[in-house]
Amino acid sequence: MSTATPAPAPLTAADFASDQDVRWCPGCGDYSILAQMKKVMPQLGIPRENIVFVSGIGCSSRFPYYMNTYGMHSIHGRAPAIATGLKSVRPDLQVWVITGDGDGLSIGGNHFIHTIRRNVDLRVIMFNNRIYGLTKGQYSPTSPLGKVTKSSPLGAIDNPLNPLSVAIGCEATFVARSIDVNIKHLGEVLKRAAEHKGTAFVEIYQNCNIFNDGAWEYASAKATKADTTIELEHGKPLIFGKNKDKGIRLNGTEPEIVELGKGINPDDLLFHDEKSPEPTLAYLLSRMRHPEFPEPIGVFRDVVAPQYDVELNRQIESARAKKGEGDLNALFNSGETWTVA
Amino acid sequence: MSTTTAPEAPVTHKEVQHIPSATIRFAGDSGDGMQLTGEQFTRTSALLGNDVSTFPDYPAEIRAPIGTLAGVSGFQVHFSSTDIFTPGDSLDALVVMNPAALKTNLTDLRKGGILIANVDNFEKRDNEMAGYEGNPLDSEVLEHTYQLFKVPMTKIVRESLKDTGMSQKEIDRCKNFFALGLVYWLYGRDMDATIRFLQQKFATKPEIIEANTKALRAGWNYGETTDAFASTFQIDKAKLPAGTYKNISGNVALAYGLMTAAKLSNKDLFLGSYPITPASDILHELSKFKNYGVRTFQAEDEIAAICSAIGAAYGGHMSITTSSGPGIALKGEAIGLALMLELPLLIINIQRGGPSTGLPTKTEQADLFQAICGRNGEAPVPVVACRSPADCFDVAQEAWRIAARFMTPVLLLSDGYIANGSEPWLIPDVTTLPKIEIKHPGPIENGEKFLPYKRDELLARPWALPGTKGLMHRIGGLEKQDVTGNVNYEPANHQHMVNTRAKKVENVALEIPLQEVEGPANGDLLVLSWGGTYGACKTAVEACLEQGLSVAHCHLRWMNPFPRNLEKILRSYKKVLIPELNLGQLRMFIRAKYLIDAQGLNKVQGKPFAVQEVINEIRKQLGLSSNGQPGREGTGAAVAALAGAGDSAG
Repeated sequence: MSTATPAPAPLTAADFASDQDVRWCPGCGDYSILAQMKKVMPQLGIPRENIVFVSGIGCSSRFPYYMNTYGMHSIHGRAPAIATGLKSVRPDLQVWVITGDGDGLSIGGNHFIHTIRRNVDLRVIMFNNRIYGLTKGQYSPTSPLGKVTKSSPLGAIDNPLNPLSVAIGCEATFVARSIDVNIKHLGEVLKRAAEHKGTAFVEIYQNCNIFNDGAWEYASAKATKADTTIELEHGKPLIFGKNKDKGIRLNGTEPEIVELGKGINPDDLLFHDEKSPEPTLAYLLSRMRHPEFPEPIGVFRDVVAPQYDVELNRQIESARAKKGEGDLNALFNSGETWTVA
Repeated sequence: MSTTTAPEAPVTHKEVQHIPSATIRFAGDSGDGMQLTGEQFTRTSALLGNDVSTFPDYPAEIRAPIGTLAGVSGFQVHFSSTDIFTPGDSLDALVVMNPAALKTNLTDLRKGGILIANVDNFEKRDNEMAGYEGNPLDSEVLEHTYQLFKVPMTKIVRESLKDTGMSQKEIDRCKNFFALGLVYWLYGRDMDATIRFLQQKFATKPEIIEANTKALRAGWNYGETTDAFASTFQIDKAKLPAGTYKNISGNVALAYGLMTAAKLSNKDLFLGSYPITPASDILHELSKFKNYGVRTFQAEDEIAAICSAIGAAYGGHMSITTSSGPGIALKGEAIGLALMLELPLLIINIQRGGPSTGLPTKTEQADLFQAICGRNGEAPVPVVACRSPADCFDVAQEAWRIAARFMTPVLLLSDGYIANGSEPWLIPDVTTLPKIEIKHPGPIENGEKFLPYKRDELLARPWALPGTKGLMHRIGGLEKQDVTGNVNYEPANHQHMVNTRAKKVENVALEIPLQEVEGPANGDLLVLSWGGTYGACKTAVEACLEQGLSVAHCHLRWMNPFPRNLEKILRSYKKVLIPELNLGQLRMFIRAKYLIDAQGLNKVQGKPFAVQEVINEIRKQLGLSSNGQPGREGTGAAVAALAGAGDSAG
């Protein structure tokens, strides 16, 4: 090219809105997540045509229809498998998986754990509302014990899964948590996830105001959130509370809440290390649950490990470099052959 | 390119009888190496210029308890100086390494056939394991019905290899090569190809090469020097069309055909698969060819296997998933998604005996209903079936051509018999094969709206690839509006889209060849067949034509849609007979679609048809008496008593 093309005008959030009407219930937490995603997208500097959203089934899985990127609304629980195939053959694309607690952890649980252990370069965003919304209100694999729903009139008796513990158990290389209404924090977490190489798993506390309203009230309400959540910062001590006067200290292998002052300094507290090669600390943090503990939000873990998609394509390239591009005629005529005149 | 000329057989000093063809079977314990022995015999015979057809048959258990009926493994080879299409009905020679192999295979040996037994394995305990009271080799009936050769294989091999320094266990493992050497002698085969194989396979273990070569030669010499065998047999080269050949199994031919289809369409290949018998060999084969751009993904389950392939198809690759019946059942929902997305995808089913886990290592063709109907909703997909090992190469290309042309998943049916069987394959020149043209829409720069479900004259939609500027669009499993692809629940639109997807699959008939018939264009009886029964039906019809019967053969490749001229063909004969290894699945479609009262010949024993079974049914349909029982001519009740009741491994 003889002349440089002028740089295109930077994209805005509006450029990422598709022409489809959004059809979530008014007041749904999904709206806030969609808005943050559209806000984050232009900051990534990736052309829209190189971004793909893949989802399964559930309220959250309608998400791809509302983004002006490539997208696929697939079948229940299978989005990580579809995204794995796509990313394996198209490393040039940025691929996002949108899922929910039912889609990702129940019917799609197998794909969820295997995608994470392979560390495929995907962003897996789980909207956790602790209920089945699209099927109108049955308990989900994250509903708490005793949860009364249409399918558990006497209370749920199955012990819930902790999504972050599962992901960390599979040695996820990026694990984070945020809250639908905490928009600034959510935007930052999504951006961090976008920048990660490998599987980036984000759990978002999302309110279903129709079937499970207030499930995350303790973590999202202005009055309580400073005491019920704790923002993780890499290299910083775990301090929380309205007055920043409480912290988390390790007592043996158990975390405990301590009050700062009275002889306890920030230096005595547990320091967050998202780069720790072992997932032990991240796992310990994932076990801190309300009401015994403030629940950590932010990035639990962000480490580098080989990615399945990269290794797969590396094997192709190195085989081609070593043996040359395959020649079918040569292959077919190799080995034992005989000629009939 | 390494072309080997047919080696000359070593010289025997005994009488040589010329015969047109022979069928033999090696049978022993699953640890006895019978599959390897049979493969070696096949390779050597193919190199010698015979036409060959094989039928390996082994139990689902990797190592059943030694000496039991359940653990018997067999390998059948039919080799001939003429064109052949089946592994043979009855055996001319049977090698049994133990009493269990005798019991499960004896019924297939023809009267007067050669029976070679490793007499050292017929000790009291061996015989009891197989359920014999006393030694069956001492039976007079056996002696009188067959040419029985009691060979002390274990003793001779131990003696031959006593100086090798190998353990007795290792030495005993060579006895299959003794048996192979003996049969090589019997049929005038050269040992060079097998010795070369040993040298390549065990390049780092010279002691193994030496021991097996010694055992092989000991077997050959046993035949030549002992008085037991009076003569050997010679089977001349077959007159096959000119060209270079190699012996190929169905699964390897399928893998090669898929790679060729990728090359011809200028695509890289992606396989998402989960291990399952008898399809895993396609995964093994394709995973070798990374420098051909083949990406294989061993998924966590069958569903992930097909879903990864759907993702790769969306990304623009030639995508495939391979499995067998139980796995296809798990993939059902995703096949529905692929047809709703209208993405090209090959779903390959190497059928096995069902239902459920069924008979994993045995053949059957009972997944036709599943292939055509096995999804929720009105969910048509084109279905194509392979007829023989070498045919898999061609069918793979045709299936991909249709999938890409029509933007649809295509179901390809093979079966365990085709997959593991082998035959000579005339190696094509890939540069002369027809290209498979695929177009992708280019970028839109002017802001015009891209319409992902706007169709061409055959109703195919465009294959728009992520990464293409201006074509951003969303697809999904929900019903979509015609043309735009947006989610749409309107009643009239749904009717239109269901009709359109059905019509699109019907249009496939416009792009496939017209159906051909072998034999007269009209007459008393048409044998209509599909899949792996091709060889048995073709051979049976040819035999009946020679007997002057008014019969023809029509073998289907496309099961959905049927070729446009099929009805006219069916109505040109007074009767239609459909032999199938199921309870009448094609027959039901033919009856439903054409209101033709087709008759069935149906067998579900985990085994292919014998040619004679089809001949007998043809004669019965024509009101004639049958002319022989397959493989059991006159062996009588006394022999039946020595043989297992239908539990044959062969």
